[in-house]
Amino acid sequence: MFGKIRPQGSGPGIADSWHGGDDGENPLGPGAEGGALPVHTKQIGLWALLVTISMLFAGFTSAYLARRAAGEWTPIPLPRVLWLNTLILLASSATMEVARRTLRSWNLRALKRWLGITMVLGLAFLRGQFVAWKSLEQQGIFLPTNPHGSFFYLLTAVHGLHVLGGLIALGVVWFRAWRERYTPYHPAIGLCATYWHFMDLLWVYLFVLLFIL
Amino acid sequence: MHHVHEENHEAPQSFLRRYIFSTDHKVIGIQYYLTALFMMLVAGLLAILIRIQLAWPQTPQPWLHKILPGLYDPNGIMRPEYYPMLFTMHGTLMVFFVLSTAPVSGFGNFLIPLQIGARDMAFPFLNMMSYWTFFVGCLVMLASFFVAGGAAASGWTAYPPLSALPESIPGSQWGQTLWIIGMVFFIASFTMGGLNFVTTVLNLRTRGMSMFRLPLTIWAMFCVSILGLLSFPALTAGVIMLLFDRHFGTSFFVPSGVVIADKLMPHQGGSPLLWQHLFWFLGHPEVYILMLPAMGFASDIISVFARKPIFSYRAMVFAILVISVLSFLVWGHHMFVSGMSPYLGMAFAVFTLLIAVPSAIKVFNWLATLWRAKIHFTTPMLFALGIVSLFISGGLSGIWLGQAPIDIQVHDTYFVVAHFHLIMAGAALFGVFAATYYWFPKMFGRMMNETLGKLHFWLTFVTYYLTFFPMHFLGLRGMMRRIYDPTQYDLFKPLQPINELISHSAFLLGAAQLIFVFNFVWSIFRGKKAGPNPWRANTLEWTTESPAPHGNWRGPLPVVYRGPYEYSVPGVAEDYIPQNVAPAEVKTVGARG
Repeated sequence: MFGKIRPQGSGPGIADSWHGGDDGENPLGPGAEGGALPVHTKQIGLWALLVTISMLFAGFTSAYLARRAAGEWTPIPLPRVLWLNTLILLASSATMEVARRTLRSWNLRALKRWLGITMVLGLAFLRGQFVAWKSLEQQGIFLPTNPHGSFFYLLTAVHGLHVLGGLIALGVVWFRAWRERYTPYHPAIGLCATYWHFMDLLWVYLFVLLFIL
Repeated sequence: MHHVHEENHEAPQSFLRRYIFSTDHKVIGIQYYLTALFMMLVAGLLAILIRIQLAWPQTPQPWLHKILPGLYDPNGIMRPEYYPMLFTMHGTLMVFFVLSTAPVSGFGNFLIPLQIGARDMAFPFLNMMSYWTFFVGCLVMLASFFVAGGAAASGWTAYPPLSALPESIPGSQWGQTLWIIGMVFFIASFTMGGLNFVTTVLNLRTRGMSMFRLPLTIWAMFCVSILGLLSFPALTAGVIMLLFDRHFGTSFFVPSGVVIADKLMPHQGGSPLLWQHLFWFLGHPEVYILMLPAMGFASDIISVFARKPIFSYRAMVFAILVISVLSFLVWGHHMFVSGMSPYLGMAFAVFTLLIAVPSAIKVFNWLATLWRAKIHFTTPMLFALGIVSLFISGGLSGIWLGQAPIDIQVHDTYFVVAHFHLIMAGAALFGVFAATYYWFPKMFGRMMNETLGKLHFWLTFVTYYLTFFPMHFLGLRGMMRRIYDPTQYDLFKPLQPINELISHSAFLLGAAQLIFVFNFVWSIFRGKKAGPNPWRANTLEWTTESPAPHGNWRGPLPVVYRGPYEYSVPGVAEDYIPQNVAPAEVKTVGARG
């Protein structure tokens, strides 16, 4: 219908008659629900991935809480730049949301612009996290120096890698938008937005866990 | 829009795209399966070396020095510091790279689209990536045998400080680091597979294939994928922290005051127990990642060859679900001796014993399916019955071990080794064999030889019990696991005949597998041609030709009208009704053609 054969199972989900649900009555008898959930296949895959990532950070969290409760615990000072980083990442979530909404109006130019801004903010966030590391190092707090510091370096590094993965995905989407390959139904932007908001939320959680709780 | 989905995509023509970098779930499944069999060979040979050592610890084996000069000194005595490497890598490879991989990644990939009526997985490219990530993990694990100090030697559980301090044992140098990297690749691959499995089962079922019409194999695969996605991240977190402790000087797991060879380690304040919690949070669900697929295979196969519906399908599904949930609440039973609060230990013990309830439901239902059935004792059926047998024998000792007072007594003895080899390793291994004999016709279009298959079964079944059952007695007499030479203790000297019996049985068990390898290879080329449905079974994979073409069905996808286990329905002409037969097409007795 779109002139191209899509790979198996990557269709637009609910709008796709193959996955059932659009032919009025169920010809298969009672109990035969068949077909799919009313959610795009790729969204399900992404949510499963986010659950896995949540479990990874749950593992780190339990380790962190257990270590903190074990004593010999000296908190490290909060690097001030983290407040700025948090604002930057929150702002990038907002621009990501704007980018997603431009798709509805088929405005590819605006899409590229807002995706670009989101990526720049994402890079600024990573740069800011690096500045935070440097500021701790200047105070003599290195990776092995202090348990709280070890967890700070570890968690920001793992979170940063996940943000980097999101930036790469955004880059791919931006490149494809540049090649003008998107229809309003294309799921990639929505997938990126879900992932990006999740990274945002995860950072806020880590910030609270490491410095406020 | 139907046409978009119902046309068959051309299969890729080049050899490389078709068999090596394929995105076809059937090819990927077979790639996983064959790789896992190769890893089984490696891990099995390690077990043989372990058994030679335990039966004849002081007897020189000069021939082994010639083959493995690093492992044996010139007198033919094994170098003691390398013995831990053998059981560590045997366990790691068997648990993750063989018995998680062959049933889940191998048969799961092969069967899920075929049994739910889909053309492929939800994310075929991710599926291909998953296999090649696994392949790199295998290479890293195999390479670790050849680095200075040899492969990892801290047990498959990699407890720190042994695993965290390179000074502690030769295997804790580069071998342990490669172990961590290999595990990261494995976990990444298993996660990609899990995302694919969960999404595919949820969203790509064909028309009429409701969740409660899924074969139990698919239910098992679905649940183990969720278990993997939820539990492996804990190990990921653990190995990342372990890597930091090893190479960046942090002290997550290493306590203060560790002295090795008169040298005080710089680490301070870490907790080795923290690793144990993270490891076993994965480790116990992992046990069910090995076992649930075997239970699924057993259910499907027993129903086919008893020619009866599986007894209480819904109870079977709920048993799988309950086992999956409970498997997250019992990890502490691996740590009863860690000094945990007795109240906490009690909670873990109660949850552990609770798992016996859904397990007993499954066993009861299998036996009830067999009750008064006309059983066809084919090779896959024999192996499926083997699963049930091993599950019972291993499960009973599990009820012992689940109770803290008894576990504390036999902790880290051969009693535990006996227990998990019977229930987890044994059930999973027999599951792999049952599935192989049963689905071989769908994989390669030919039947495996039944005579050789039955010979393989009986030799494997008898020698498996002879190898692992006597270990209970060793354990009850106090012989600890992971010991290099039991004869160093006068207490264990009288047990040596048992150790020799075990070793002889183990060698026979290994030799019996040569029959399987021969049968497998011979049948690919010379086996009897299989039709689409040689076992006269109901599930959807048997409604397409053998082997299934690219896209699985040449015409439109099958539509499902019934559950997977309608065998010997009264008043129906045939004793089976495939899932895609519409009610109007069912031939009744006496009805004309």
